[in-house]
Amino acid sequence: MLSFSLRRILSAVLVLFAISIAVFLIFFATPGVDPAARIAGRSASPATLAHVRAAFGLNRPIFIRYLLMMDHLFIKRDLTSYVNVGLKVVPQVLKAAPITLALVSGAAVIWLVVGIFGGIIAAANRGKFIDPLVMFIGIAAVSVPAYWLGEVVNLITQSRLHSSLFSWVPSGGYTPFTQNPWQWALHLLFPWLTLAALYAGIYARVLRAELVNAMNEDYVRTARAKGLSERRILIRHALRCSLVSIVSLFGLDFGALIGGAALLTEVVFGLQGVGMLTYTALQNLDLPVIMACVLYGSFFVVLANAVVDILYAFLDPRVRVA
Amino acid sequence: MPDSPILSVQDLQVTFATRQGPLRAVDGLSFDVAPKEVVGIVGESGSGKSVSMYSVLGLVRDANVQINGSVKFQGREILGLSDQEMQPIRGGEIGMIFQDPMTALTPVYTVGWQIAEQLRAHSGMTKQQARERAIELLGEVGIPDPRKRVDRYPHEFSGGMRQRVVIAMALSCNPKLLIADEPTTALDVTTQAQILDLMLKLQDSYNSSIVIITHDMGVIAEMAHKVVVMYAGRPAEIGPEIDVVRNPRHPYTWGLLGAVPRVESRNDRLTTIPGNAVSPLDIPEGCAFADRCEYRMDICTKRPQLKGTNSHLDACWLSDEQRLTIRSKAVR
Ligand SMILES: Nc1ncnc2c1ncn2[C@@H]1O[C@H](COP(=O)(O)OP(=O)(O)OP(=O)(O)O)[C@@H](O)[C@H]1O
Ligand code: SF4
Ligand SMILES: [Mg+2]
Repeated sequence: MLSFSLRRILSAVLVLFAISIAVFLIFFATPGVDPAARIAGRSASPATLAHVRAAFGLNRPIFIRYLLMMDHLFIKRDLTSYVNVGLKVVPQVLKAAPITLALVSGAAVIWLVVGIFGGIIAAANRGKFIDPLVMFIGIAAVSVPAYWLGEVVNLITQSRLHSSLFSWVPSGGYTPFTQNPWQWALHLLFPWLTLAALYAGIYARVLRAELVNAMNEDYVRTARAKGLSERRILIRHALRCSLVSIVSLFGLDFGALIGGAALLTEVVFGLQGVGMLTYTALQNLDLPVIMACVLYGSFFVVLANAVVDILYAFLDPRVRVA
Repeated sequence: MPDSPILSVQDLQVTFATRQGPLRAVDGLSFDVAPKEVVGIVGESGSGKSVSMYSVLGLVRDANVQINGSVKFQGREILGLSDQEMQPIRGGEIGMIFQDPMTALTPVYTVGWQIAEQLRAHSGMTKQQARERAIELLGEVGIPDPRKRVDRYPHEFSGGMRQRVVIAMALSCNPKLLIADEPTTALDVTTQAQILDLMLKLQDSYNSSIVIITHDMGVIAEMAHKVVVMYAGRPAEIGPEIDVVRNPRHPYTWGLLGAVPRVESRNDRLTTIPGNAVSPLDIPEGCAFADRCEYRMDICTKRPQLKGTNSHLDACWLSDEQRLTIRSKAVR
């Protein structure tokens, strides 16, 4: 188990290294394009261009350029945006990251609890009224666009009912946890719920399907023939085996969301997270920021995948040997 | 006088409602299992062997199933009991062994955990006691180094070893009856023999009765005291093993035993019977075997009832004289 984890982490590091090279090549070694012009942004002055060339060693061999780039990104952390002149890129990402992390983690807790609970309830009541009911709520949650849901939530909590029922809801934005944990949670509550709705719906439906399949497996028949209670069969055998696929789904979703896919929720609720940062950078063609965000995003996707694989091996003994 | 039966199945009917209409998987099955008796159920694939024994334990989970008849365990009607009422019987009084040991165990738990789980479901054992007993049981079913193996996962065992684990589990609570659904079909020949030996040995030391499902007459000859031959969900012939094997009465049993060589398939393996098994969706009104029977008569469009002398019964319209003639021809 330990050696499996170590191997998995090592391979994640290698993947990250490969990604950094790939990103570098895409941004700086695309033939026929002057990277200095790209970094410096639209309508940069010749002086800026010259400065960029020197800073990034653009006339030196390509691997030196790669090393210089990584130096700017990770060691000196002084990569600057030329669109918003003087703005340091890395601190910006580091400022946005906790916001996204808080948003996504909180939502993840909610959607896991609600989704797993819903899936179990539906599977346990198959053929009764409650199963299609839960599944309908699930599909409704999946079909509603997060952006629209967020707008509606805002409309209700910020204007329509703000003076009465929802007077306690703060207007958008973010309060760091270290500053005021209560306000932190209050600010994030509706973003959490909004983001979680979609995933709770998906997870409930996926888990129900997994459980229904598992309940037809031979080992469930064995468990029943052993004289176990239906509840124990469902939870300890069917659910335990279905968790494996939920975990791998979760890893992908969580990684992608941390990497910037929570953009819509961030925009609606005015949270300056990574999604928002990437989005603005893309609009301004702010290359250094885009690159930092891409690297940051891939870092989390790879990390989440590594964690999932380790968890996977923890949950499923058959994986450990491989 | 034989003791009163452990298990008594009377006129068991299992019907699945399917899109193509009702599917009679089991139709009118009756037999008794006496204490310490080994009853073999034989029949081709699809003849309803598994479904009938799953019905006994309430393990047929299909919402479209209709089960009628009576199943008495130690004199108590158990057909139609709720899952909760069945819990102490399942695994506690009746143990079950399944056909495919590769899928019968939950893949994410160690074998010891799974045996202990059953022990703890039926007794007040502590975790530690259950584990010790699991180790003992693994040793009894011939798993080498059980103290180490107890913490291994099912995928770390071979098919034969897994089946031993399943047997250990089925026997863990000293059941009065062991139902084994083709326990050796998925295993290679040497392992088959070992597993059957093991079951006989354990049956002896645990004093349990066994119902063994198989499509192999060899297994019947080796193990069973009594045989139930099933065809298309119906009992074709029932009787003591010696009588059925030495003196089979039903044309289908003749085919199974290769007792009557056939002109057109002289070089085939003796136990292959010409024609395909009848589709369970349109079993004929009369004798289910009629389509494949060489001795079909006009009356065979009416359903033959199980009848016979003493305990040897069969469902066929042939008269004793006809059977004698047919079989004496075959011997020549
Ligand atoms: N859930 C179900 N729904 C519909 N038909 C079923 C269902 N389960 C079993 N059957 C049908 O019932 C019949 C008897 O099946 P069963 O599994 O008892 O056969 P078997 O004698 O055990 O055969 P095998 O030797 O292949 O195990 C088959 O025709 C099968 O297709
Ligand atoms: S009843 Fe008729 S068809 Fe059926 S087995 Fe006997 S002879 Fe053959
Ligand atoms: Mg079967």
